[in-house]
Amino acid sequence: MEKFLPPLIGGILIGLSSTMILFFLGKIAGVSGILGSFLSNPKSSHNWKISFLMGLVFGGLILKIWSPKFFTYSLNFNIIQVIIAGFLVGFGTRLGSGCTSGHGVSGLPRLSKRSFIATIIFIFAGVVTVFIKGKL
Amino acid sequence: MIGIVVGLFSGVIFSFGLVFSGMTNPGKVIGFLDIFGKWDPSLAFVMGGAVCFNLISFHFIFKMKKPHFEKNFDLPLKKDIDRSLLIGATIFGVGWGLIGVCPGPSVVNLVTLNLNSFLFVVSMIMGMVVYNVYTSFTS
Repeated sequence: MEKFLPPLIGGILIGLSSTMILFFLGKIAGVSGILGSFLSNPKSSHNWKISFLMGLVFGGLILKIWSPKFFTYSLNFNIIQVIIAGFLVGFGTRLGSGCTSGHGVSGLPRLSKRSFIATIIFIFAGVVTVFIKGKL
Repeated sequence: MIGIVVGLFSGVIFSFGLVFSGMTNPGKVIGFLDIFGKWDPSLAFVMGGAVCFNLISFHFIFKMKKPHFEKNFDLPLKKDIDRSLLIGATIFGVGWGLIGVCPGPSVVNLVTLNLNSFLFVVSMIMGMVVYNVYTSFTS
């Protein structure tokens, strides 16, 4: 149970955040969409997107100052893999109109068929990738 | 102006959620995706918690005539399952499974000042820019 409580609390906070964006601004809090639309069309109406991204970093900073223990996990990867993974995530989320937050956290509760299909596919593709990587 | 405040607060809460839940830890994400190996199902509670919360809150929000500070809701309009959705989600899933990082956590992980987290975000932005160039040619 202890193992499942932090993910549950974290999940509820993520839900609360996306609920705030929808309630106050009527928008979907999808991180890839926020990043991507900002890159393609940086208008002033996108101010909330910049501040949301800053909030992500700011929140991380608060936690890091509160306790560096939050960030003790390993980020050691092969550099080539990091570059390929980043590129695929950037390109794929734009082509597929969303990532874990847009399709999963906000799309599923909207009962969007597209988000339902996308979420199943990207989790499945992730599972297959981890499986194949484990065999190499 | 109010959008900036809402964005900032929501971003901070979102960030807390990602860190508390373990989503920012690539090893934990890989463990969740490693169904055929040492599967760690705990991260299912992140998506589960967020979706359950939103199922209830969205239900009430969509009964409102308009969002609190804006004139109307601005929601995705596409309804059809097209090739872009299927291929895009597959490409994203492969990238996600490769090292266990998706867009939200990649931004939060910048605070680790680890070189890999910067490299990931830069590559991700490159992928998005290439997508923009690609669509400007095809459409």
